[in-house]
Amino acid sequence: MSETEIKDAPEQAQGTERRLNMIEAINDALDVSMGRDDDVVVMGEDVGYFGGVFRCTAGLQDKYGKTRVFDTPINECGIIAVAVGMGAYGLRPVPEIQFADYIYPGLDQLISEAARLRYRSAGEYVAPMTVRSPFGGGIFGGQTHSQSPEAIFTHVSGLKTVIPATPYDAKGLLISCIEDNDPVIFFEPKRIYNGPFSGYYDKPVQPWKKFDASVVPEGYYKIPLGKARHVTEGDRLTVLAYGTMVHVVEAVCREKGVDADILDLRTLVPLDIEAIEASIERTGRCLIVHEATRTSGFGAELSALVTERCFYHLEAPVERVTGFDTPYPHSLEWAYFPGPIRIGEAIDKILKD
Amino acid sequence: MADRPKGSAEGENRPALSLHVPEPKFRPGDTVDFSHIEVPEAGSMARPDEACDPAEMRDLAYGLVRVLGDDDKAHGPWDPKLDADTLRAMLSHMAMTRAFDERMFRGQRQGKTSFYMKCTGEEATSVSASMALAGDDMVFPSYRQQGILIQRGYPLIEMINQIYSNKGDKLKGRQLPIMYSSREHSFFTISGNLATQTPQAVGWAMASAMKGDSRIAATWVGEGSTAEGDFHSACTFATVYNAPVILNVINNQWAISSFSGFAGAERTTFAARALGYGLAGLRVDGNDALACYAAERWAANRARANAGPTLIEFFTYRAEGHSTSDDPSGYRSAQERSEWPLGDPVMRLKNHLIALGEWDEERQEKMDLEAAEHVKKVTKEAEANGILGHGLHHPFRTMFEDVFEELPWHLREQADQAVHERQTKFPEGLPEA
Repeated sequence: MSETEIKDAPEQAQGTERRLNMIEAINDALDVSMGRDDDVVVMGEDVGYFGGVFRCTAGLQDKYGKTRVFDTPINECGIIAVAVGMGAYGLRPVPEIQFADYIYPGLDQLISEAARLRYRSAGEYVAPMTVRSPFGGGIFGGQTHSQSPEAIFTHVSGLKTVIPATPYDAKGLLISCIEDNDPVIFFEPKRIYNGPFSGYYDKPVQPWKKFDASVVPEGYYKIPLGKARHVTEGDRLTVLAYGTMVHVVEAVCREKGVDADILDLRTLVPLDIEAIEASIERTGRCLIVHEATRTSGFGAELSALVTERCFYHLEAPVERVTGFDTPYPHSLEWAYFPGPIRIGEAIDKILKD
Repeated sequence: MADRPKGSAEGENRPALSLHVPEPKFRPGDTVDFSHIEVPEAGSMARPDEACDPAEMRDLAYGLVRVLGDDDKAHGPWDPKLDADTLRAMLSHMAMTRAFDERMFRGQRQGKTSFYMKCTGEEATSVSASMALAGDDMVFPSYRQQGILIQRGYPLIEMINQIYSNKGDKLKGRQLPIMYSSREHSFFTISGNLATQTPQAVGWAMASAMKGDSRIAATWVGEGSTAEGDFHSACTFATVYNAPVILNVINNQWAISSFSGFAGAERTTFAARALGYGLAGLRVDGNDALACYAAERWAANRARANAGPTLIEFFTYRAEGHSTSDDPSGYRSAQERSEWPLGDPVMRLKNHLIALGEWDEERQEKMDLEAAEHVKKVTKEAEANGILGHGLHHPFRTMFEDVFEELPWHLREQADQAVHERQTKFPEGLPEA
């Protein structure tokens, strides 16, 4: 599902093909899941009547009623905790945390409770919940509307972490997460809610409907967790990325004419290690790209795994391109963001001999 | 001292501020005088309608609901008027809880397990309260409500297997002793992280209401843990959604070595916290088994009628150390236990039954003896499944199960490693038990 641009794409061609942006795809996934299973409930700050600050839950309360889709107090600990309790009862809650930057008050409930419920009760109690939260920067969100805290969650045994990069994936993955019997953190890259982002922030952004990945089937379909997606197939190097950075790295490789094997990981835990190994055994080179800060970021885990498991295939050191180890700045956003220059130089370094 | 902002000389003539750090009235060696604790007459508190407005309950949040008087008789509108068989069952569950604690504490001292926590002096707050609920009402306990499991008929051997982390342990040796779980008994899995269960109970109650079920939820938390943010979350969500839940606060005066003043008790009661949330608030003599039952029943009826949640403060005293790892003589006067003005819950219920002519010392002695003998017998049975550290635990591979519903590749690899290490250590096969 590459983001091949479609010239003069007719909107809603013949009424059979639907082109949705990521917000609409997520809304559709919630709608489909709620329609299929009465136990799916949606809650969070402003998600009810108003339909969410990003519109992801628009229309759902009207359709399913106030006991299935409702607003909550501004209390992230409470939002996660009552979802754990609802899961213990037998519901399948889908709580929303308005920004990933505000998930921290709910961390104890996520790490100590949701993640460990099945283990500590030997399966008597489970937390089949999906925490949706917009994450990532590139929107002038400053310190508290830009963070990428995925490594906090990938470090927790018992949690799954899923990050879509296209509308098609967003719907299929979200339905899988909701049906999964383990607690899942579903991070939505808000930079690409409306259209893929190349990283060239001075160029206009194209809306999703111009890209094939915005073709979202109606009704029910799933994308399995733990499976990466091949964005482009290539032989010169393997790129491991997820979320917004999938599109940035794809644009840079296209600009540079690099024949890259780009993997959109989609699920960080459990990771598609087979796809990673197979790719690196073919290319012998590996670039890891994420927006989150560098030290102890998820890239460190990826780098370690690649080094441990593909060492004899590697022809160059594994490179990581990440955000800097600073809080996310406001005015210096584009100096912070791992953009085309940083990625391009890393590619040059990997390919230099 | 931190510098004032430059150019700010304004505050120089103001009086110096001082920080108040709470200090308990009595430390080790001190003579204890509890006369400052107000103990109202049994039967003196009004019993409002269960559907009343929380604002009408101010007196109940600052007072103390008591039923059993100094004459060992039941008094006033809160008397639940239980029949003698029910009272004897209540007494027997409390006696069993105490006998169980005694033996398990000793077991820890004998090295059969790593850890134990008694609930001595607080038996009524779990046993009596639990008896006021339906068996399928969901309870979210803290670690000091073993009386609920005993009252609900959870097999003692399951409790001991868990404490010993042996091959019979349903939780497969994963959990610290006393962190029980029994879905069958609607007893939620206990967590070491304090107060997390309180908003979870609210969520369960919300789910029950969302589904049009008739079951309610109840949660227990110590007064020390009410300082956690989760408790505020629980109170807020409970009120906002009118959740059918009971928030039981066990005020046993101590949070390990910190007296209740560090949770805010110097200035108010814990029941009074309910008022600010718009919750019904009751403060109850936690050593009065009948008052505990009556309050919990009141709150259960309220919740069942969709009239709203209730916060109950059980005013009691932690008669023993915090845990087997704690020595209370290091921070409080040993006299506190004997001077505690509300006495002992088991003795008070026993004396009530005797005053009714439904019990006597001889039967009590027999019951205590039988309880001790029963626990001893079951302990022996459990020991046949192994004690901690003696090899009779679950297979290594089980360590990796239940992290997720299915084992992902990385846990499969780690499980293989653990099994490999086991085989390296015992190349001839596992030693016989």
